[in-house]
Amino acid sequence: MKGAKLGPWIAIIIGTLYFVVPLIATFEFSLRMRKGEYSFDAYNVVLGDPRFQESFIFSTVLSVLTIIVGVLLVVPTAYWIQLRLPKLRGIVEFITLLPLVIPAICLVFGYMRLYNSSSWLPMTGNDISTSVLLMFGYVALALPYMYRAVDTGMRAIDVRTLTEAAESLGARWPTILFRVIFPNVLIAILSGAFLTFATVIGEFTMASLLDRPAFGPYLQLIGANRAYEPAALAILAFAITWACMAVIQLFGRSARGAAPKL
Amino acid sequence: MAQQSDIVLTAPSGVRPLLGQVSWAWIGVAPFFIFALLFLILPTGFLFVGSFQDVDGNFTLNNLVNLTQPLILNAYWISIKVSIASALIGAAIGFFLCYAAVMGGLPRWLRPMVMTFSGVASNFAGVPLAFAFLAALGPQGLVTKLFIDYFDFSIYKAGFRVVSTWGLILAYLYFQIPLMVLILAPALDGLKREWREASEILGASAWQYWRYVALPVLWPSLLGTTILLFANAFGAIATAYALTGSLLNLVTIQLYAQIRGDVLHDQGLGYALAFGMIVITGLSNGAYIWLRARSDRWLR
Repeated sequence: MKGAKLGPWIAIIIGTLYFVVPLIATFEFSLRMRKGEYSFDAYNVVLGDPRFQESFIFSTVLSVLTIIVGVLLVVPTAYWIQLRLPKLRGIVEFITLLPLVIPAICLVFGYMRLYNSSSWLPMTGNDISTSVLLMFGYVALALPYMYRAVDTGMRAIDVRTLTEAAESLGARWPTILFRVIFPNVLIAILSGAFLTFATVIGEFTMASLLDRPAFGPYLQLIGANRAYEPAALAILAFAITWACMAVIQLFGRSARGAAPKL
Repeated sequence: MAQQSDIVLTAPSGVRPLLGQVSWAWIGVAPFFIFALLFLILPTGFLFVGSFQDVDGNFTLNNLVNLTQPLILNAYWISIKVSIASALIGAAIGFFLCYAAVMGGLPRWLRPMVMTFSGVASNFAGVPLAFAFLAALGPQGLVTKLFIDYFDFSIYKAGFRVVSTWGLILAYLYFQIPLMVLILAPALDGLKREWREASEILGASAWQYWRYVALPVLWPSLLGTTILLFANAFGAIATAYALTGSLLNLVTIQLYAQIRGDVLHDQGLGYALAFGMIVITGLSNGAYIWLRARSDRWLR
């Protein structure tokens, strides 16, 4: 039996090397800024850069808004589909998969032409409405993950019984939706939310083409002009992704079956 | 209003209408459909229509014909090559890694670790991924230097460039392999132990088990996921742009340049470029969904 295990071990070891070496290299590179010795100078420069702070805050706020709008859009839809309109399930699932089919760059190209400043809905007319447009773009990008997370959570609870119980206690639908259904699928929502956050925080294509001061375009700008700072930024980005996934895992463990399967 | 009461009246009689009226449900899902219309369907439709219109809005096939100019064809071709290579290699390595983690008989703690890390790595894409590969395999990168220091071998003198098609494929594998592991794990779990035992009792060798039992059950998942990886790489741009600038003639980079500065000076061609991309990702995703449905029949 020992011999049979050799292959799997080799696969795991090579896999680990391939995935860990670039991270170590990036970390080592990020420490090289001061000549002749290792230092955290690159991190100091990056964290002290006002453009870093501004773009990071911009993208964080945008991610949070994306999550809120995404949840408000997806939870009621998944609820009504489950409870009342199962015949729409196919079409809704198809729509939620569309963002995986249409590349982000094509989607944003469509936005720019459809909502340009001389169109019927001039959303690219000023900074605020362009940011709103970007947020809706992010909601679209996050839709597949968000919907699957919430839908899985919704299937795991007995929506019909919960609704009937709440109804017979005299609750109206806003109460049912926000005080009965929401808390029950909260774990699933949070999993979807952190996945959305990890996707949106460093997104480059849409933000860059809509010319918004987001974190992704800032990363690209630094990458094109600096040597050591990009490595420090990559380590920070990896830490953020890792943190998001760790939180999702935690949720998944505390509520088995409610976490999205991706 | 008349429509509303119609719906209520036609509600099946044995069922007590939850929440009074069915129309509430329609109002409840309306925002979703409005959103889908405004931010998914109309923008895509706009690109489709645009690719069949000339500057004055008349019907034309010229934009699609213009896609056949060498620069554009070359861009599609390089994009397709990079996507196919990263999908095939990613799928093969991902399969072995997933097999090792799920059924390799390794310690139990390894599997959740591999899965968690796959979750992180499959989401670690875009600009930072390019930075990581520059730091590892760039001219000043750690791996490059280690090779020179310890093996006295310069990968750059040997012709390797991180800013190249293969450099990009190597970087794409960083999210392709983990994605394969994540999607394939449930499929491998679906291979029932009884099937293996049954085939062993009937005297089948390991090879025969894989050839006649496991692979026929797995192939829709394997092929479907590979196609998904292809579409995943085909639509990507951020990593390529941060890694190579506009050096690499990918179709996404071509479209990006076109949108930014209108380098092709032809709006219709921009639409056609996007149209072509959506057709390719659409076909491959359609194939994925079809294969997925086939594999689900076995892996319940």
